[in-house]
Amino acid sequence: MTRIVVDPITRIEGHLRIEVEVKDGKIVDAYSSGTMVRGFEIILKGRDPRDAWAFTERACGVCTTVHALASVRTVEDALGIIVPPNAELIRNLMFCAQYLQDHVVHFYHLHALDWVDVVSALKADPVKTSEIAQKISNYSKSSPKYFSDLQKRLTAFVNSGQLGIFANAYWGHPAYKLPPEVNLIGVAHYLEALEWQKEIVKIHTIFGGKNPHPNYLVGGVPCSINLDEANAINSERLAYVGKLLDDAEQFVEQVYLADVFAVAPFYLEWANYGGGLKNYLAYGDLPTAGYNEVSKFKFPRGVVLDRNLNEVHPVDGKNLDEIQEYITHSWYEYSVGDDKPLHPWNGETKFNFTGPKPPYDYLNVQGKYSWLKTPRWNGKPMEVGPLARLIVGYASGNEEIKKAVNEALKKLNVPATVLFSTLGRTAARAIETRLVARWAKEFYQQLLSNIKNGDTRTFNPEKWDPSTWPYEAKGVGMTEAPRGALAHWIVIKDKKIENYQLVVPSTWNASPRDAMGQMSAYEASLIGTPVKNPEQPLEILRTIHSFDPCIACAVHIYDEKGRYIHQLQTF
Amino acid sequence: MNDKQPTYWEVMEQRGYTRRDFIRFCSWMAAFIGLEATGITKVVKAMETKPRLPVVWFHFQECTCCSESFIRTSHPIVADIILDKISLDYTETLQAAAGFQAEEALHNTMKKYKGEYVMLVEGSIPTNDGGIYCTIGGRTALEIVQEAAEGAKAIIAWGSCASNGCIQSANPNPTGAKPVHKVISGKPIVKVPGCPPIGEVMAGVIVHILTFDRIPQLDGLGRPKAFYSRRVHDTCYRRPNYDAGLFVETFDDENAKKGYCLYKVGCRGPVTYNACGVTRWNNGVSYPIQSGHPCIGCSEERFWDNGPFYQHLASFPGFGIETTADKIGVAIGAATVAGIAAHAISTNIRKRKLIKEEIIESNEQGGEQ
Repeated sequence: MTRIVVDPITRIEGHLRIEVEVKDGKIVDAYSSGTMVRGFEIILKGRDPRDAWAFTERACGVCTTVHALASVRTVEDALGIIVPPNAELIRNLMFCAQYLQDHVVHFYHLHALDWVDVVSALKADPVKTSEIAQKISNYSKSSPKYFSDLQKRLTAFVNSGQLGIFANAYWGHPAYKLPPEVNLIGVAHYLEALEWQKEIVKIHTIFGGKNPHPNYLVGGVPCSINLDEANAINSERLAYVGKLLDDAEQFVEQVYLADVFAVAPFYLEWANYGGGLKNYLAYGDLPTAGYNEVSKFKFPRGVVLDRNLNEVHPVDGKNLDEIQEYITHSWYEYSVGDDKPLHPWNGETKFNFTGPKPPYDYLNVQGKYSWLKTPRWNGKPMEVGPLARLIVGYASGNEEIKKAVNEALKKLNVPATVLFSTLGRTAARAIETRLVARWAKEFYQQLLSNIKNGDTRTFNPEKWDPSTWPYEAKGVGMTEAPRGALAHWIVIKDKKIENYQLVVPSTWNASPRDAMGQMSAYEASLIGTPVKNPEQPLEILRTIHSFDPCIACAVHIYDEKGRYIHQLQTF
Repeated sequence: MNDKQPTYWEVMEQRGYTRRDFIRFCSWMAAFIGLEATGITKVVKAMETKPRLPVVWFHFQECTCCSESFIRTSHPIVADIILDKISLDYTETLQAAAGFQAEEALHNTMKKYKGEYVMLVEGSIPTNDGGIYCTIGGRTALEIVQEAAEGAKAIIAWGSCASNGCIQSANPNPTGAKPVHKVISGKPIVKVPGCPPIGEVMAGVIVHILTFDRIPQLDGLGRPKAFYSRRVHDTCYRRPNYDAGLFVETFDDENAKKGYCLYKVGCRGPVTYNACGVTRWNNGVSYPIQSGHPCIGCSEERFWDNGPFYQHLASFPGFGIETTADKIGVAIGAATVAGIAAHAISTNIRKRKLIKEEIIESNEQGGEQ
């Protein structure tokens, strides 16, 4: 048995550590640990609920905006505020822009190098590369000269002896299966995507003033619409958004989707690994008739249990017995005892570090071993994220989602069962990006149509003044972060935050075991994953990255005696 | 790995950029970092001859918004330069899989370039309870940062977390989060505050160091003067509305639709030093005030505790005329932002002459470090 320690995999809340046991070349046990905490929930107490969006937005600068959205919704839910339709549409547009940027960056800059061998691209034939590129897509940058110039640039880069961000990876690992030409396309699009991603976020800048961390507002959105004013959202600003959305759809279709479909056939083996849990949770999002009309969301809300696509269970964030968090294996303590779960409205955040004194080699995984709490839905662990959204959407009978999934399966000529895997998770992200690119244009047209019809409202001022609030109020705000189901729970008392709890996607996926010993998604997905060479555990990265843990991960590997043998750094 | 280190010009030439592109880039950068036209030749010369600077980048208590902002840097050539022209020998964010060699690369750089490498820090460092609130590879952030700082030529504190502790140090600061300068001493530290800082500002600071082989001129608080010597209020295009007493009373009211001043809905522009009004965000597309939201002061120390955000800086009934505004500006500066009190008092908001004086005063405070 070989003990492998993966630390850190930094992600949206900070730093992640994974310890696994490998036997006969396969992972037989896994422990996931969050190793950084900032204490947001403690800091939020006593503050103005209208400020909470700004605090919670800082939970994550990668999927920026989504915490702000969950936060304004939870306050609006508590106070009974309905935002004007334009505010809902602008929030949807910002949501879509976030997905488009985040998913593309994940695929190319965080995940692709698990599948694309950069060094192999040096051996590609530019003419053949061009032929392949033109066969898979209409993307204009596909001439032999384009690829030949890129290859020269890449060769010069390698010859400089300073490989920068591409230095010292697993180039040449036998698990890389792509021909040199496809690798060269991958590298080209890595660079193109890096250029493009900074464009789409300008939608946040236009409506929210900046990116990362654009501005939100309880009761609506901060920007005003005035077609007769340079200082407001006018036809120039709107045209800018329209252009960015057109470019985005083109990029997603011609580059991202085309690449996923081109690369996936080489890695169908990965449809056998990484499936993990069989339960999927999505809160759903993209309202088309207001946030309270859940049935009209573009992404449906619900739970699918045991991969049974014939039944979708409803989700109620306000049912005290439904969504609960354990801290049995987390470095916290509860006043009710550490084996009992709490609903977030009654949630407690009190640090209780019982781990080994740093520097340490191993965590005590029998006891508490993480800064993440462990959320459960009716006592069951859930996977959240793009795959969960599509599965819940598919099982809900959502026609758009069904069509998009079926088209993709048909194009790859594979059965639906491949979805429950590492490969499926990565494909699901691409499929939903295609949908989001289309939906964003619908929202944009609706916004134009509203303005044309004379509705320019972006803010509901009714409950802005705290003197209009009840003495006590409770709310829950749900959304879908790019990485999965995200919700905030608030208790307001005397105009101030009495309690505030965040249950984020990575808490669902990356949490430690619960009181019953059930694994969460990361841990479960690693079981059975092959690790051919413990010094180059590309396989662990593939599965963990398929969840989109975040930008950086660095993996430290120890041998069975706990002797340090290896560290790897990767996205 | 050989030791050959191509210059910026050589690399650009290999990449197919023309000499004209290169000069244009240098001019743009010179303008960006605030040089007169005569300074362009210096930039060109530096870029032609300087080898790549070894750089290591660390992540502690942060949300990665600084890294995200950094990759938004607008000018395409700038993105190339930043990724390729510095020798980014260690970065949890941008480095590809590198196995054992990554750790080795960090230690090689720390050893081989002792006293020469630049260390970039994103995030604050928790100090309570032995630093157990942020561990990487079983080691505390505190231990890691102190070890790496030892041989660093200079440290850049990215963002408000590393510059002033940002959100996790907000009351009651449960983890004892501290900015870099509170746990490191004896090293030049450039603070680039903001949550996050503007991408182009981050690039500008790095390019300044590359070009002139020294850190940029800093103000009394350790921030580059080029980007932090002006208050957002003094460079705000809505400023004439403030001077004329035209204010947004509530969001999306008639005044908001006309783009009036956001002071009364809580704008922190009068007590915030940043380049938002000039450089703006994401290639100059907008900035918070332009998009209708008050500045929350995200580049200022303890801005999280200087709230609530929507309560305007002083509750003075009938506020709105210029003379009163000036007095309030001074009082607020002294009362709520103790760290910059002297600065704020010296930066009266109305008279051009005073703004000029403030720049002179700022120059005297800062200087080469």
